[in-house]
Amino acid sequence: MTATFDKVADIIAETSEIDRETIKPESHTIDDLGIDSLDFLDIVFAIDKEFGIKIPLEQWTQDVNEGKVATEEYFVLANLCSKIDQLRAAKA
Amino acid sequence: MLLEYFQMIDRVESVDAERKTLRARSVVPSKSPVFEGHFPGMPLVPGVLLIETMAQASGFLVLAATDFAAMPFLMSVDGAKMRTFVEPDAVLDIEAALEHDGSGFAVTKAKISSGGKKVCDAQLKLRTMPFDQVPLGEIVRRRAEELGLFEAIAAAGGERN
Repeated sequence: MTATFDKVADIIAETSEIDRETIKPESHTIDDLGIDSLDFLDIVFAIDKEFGIKIPLEQWTQDVNEGKVATEEYFVLANLCSKIDQLRAAKA
Repeated sequence: MLLEYFQMIDRVESVDAERKTLRARSVVPSKSPVFEGHFPGMPLVPGVLLIETMAQASGFLVLAATDFAAMPFLMSVDGAKMRTFVEPDAVLDIEAALEHDGSGFAVTKAKISSGGKKVCDAQLKLRTMPFDQVPLGEIVRRRAEELGLFEAIAAAGGERN
């Protein structure tokens, strides 16, 4: 369990009023946690602020809509946290 | 201001490209059909229209800050506070500050004052959609021109495309 995951899970629990204990690294934010697009933007805003990054959400959405990438790649929490770590590393 | 046509901003006074802020001014009309219902005998600008005013100022700020790349749509309003009544003929000073420029969304803090007195404030989130997905580019540019937004951008040292 990474520090990034813990922070992201806290953000999701607070933003979407989801029980923190139900949020796991393997959770899919849409399919498992039922987070809608409005709440997801709130979560992205909080993540951007927390980590000082800009999640390229438009690009990710386009990738998924065009079938280039499966939703799991971005929206399963372990994968999302990995992308966040990559964005932080790229910024550092 | 033409409340019934949702024309909430009269003039963009200034844009600060560095600090990503916008200042605008509006005068509440003496008469409006809106006042016939809100309220009979005691005309007040509805709070939702003050929120709309802050949203429009925020939208024009986002347009200026992103060089008219995408259309902002109001998505959420957080911590909105209506602090005092706004009556006909009131002069409104509207300010919006860009708090975060995200991918596909923007977050602003906006406030309105009148005669130096706080009227309302809120944090607004706007979803931004590229103009090739929404047929509003021309209308928005025309409205921005009417309000003096391009003039304000030029005065701030920006460039109009």
